[in-house]
Amino acid sequence: MAPRLVVRVGPEDFDPAAELARLEALPGGAVASFTGLVRDDGGLEALHLEHYPAMTERQVGEIVAQAAGRWPLLGLTVIHRHGTLPVGARIVFVGTASSHRTAALEACAFLIDWLKVSAPFWKRTIRRDGSGAWVEAAAEDDERAAGWTRE
Amino acid sequence: MAGLAILYFAWVRERIGRDEQRIDHPGAETTIAALLDTLAAESPGHAAAFADRSRLRAALDQRFVPLDTPIGEARELALFPPVTGG
Repeated sequence: MAPRLVVRVGPEDFDPAAELARLEALPGGAVASFTGLVRDDGGLEALHLEHYPAMTERQVGEIVAQAAGRWPLLGLTVIHRHGTLPVGARIVFVGTASSHRTAALEACAFLIDWLKVSAPFWKRTIRRDGSGAWVEAAAEDDERAAGWTRE
Repeated sequence: MAGLAILYFAWVRERIGRDEQRIDHPGAETTIAALLDTLAAESPGHAAAFADRSRLRAALDQRFVPLDTPIGEARELALFPPVTGG
């Protein structure tokens, strides 16, 4: 059976509890999730996230289809925000529901690892002193994502 | 002849000073790298944006491709830094 898919990309905030409740309402018995937030690294006021809408839709759709094909999932939720997000704000949510604990956990990790390297988003820092800079990509993120194709 | 839309994101967009430009299609055989050489002559901003190719990524019709890829029949080229979402 095809899993229940929820994919949302937009500036709006989301409620992790409500998203989890929707996944828990499925009959699987196992739900895993990841929530990414704007981290205060000392002096940061906000992150501005820019994206490439047409490509985001395509890339997120492909990642979701890969996860749904690889693990026996009953539900899969991906939410990614863009715009200006202050310290502590939620950026991204991935949730999975399955009858199998390992499927839920692995699919969740796969989804966030691949979102990081293949969804066309760019973060710019906005610091309290008025300065700012584009965030550099981390090589370890590429390595983590590549790990899923070696297995 | 149909054109090619070029989209710029993040610091590539900032250095060039615009988020999009349209050009005559350079031909299917032309690679992205060759097109960058031509565009770099257009303004100091273009030259600055394309100076370090190792930090530049590209997509043709919304798919990631290496810079040595021929443009082919694509209608949209996007140029940007490595992505930092999630």
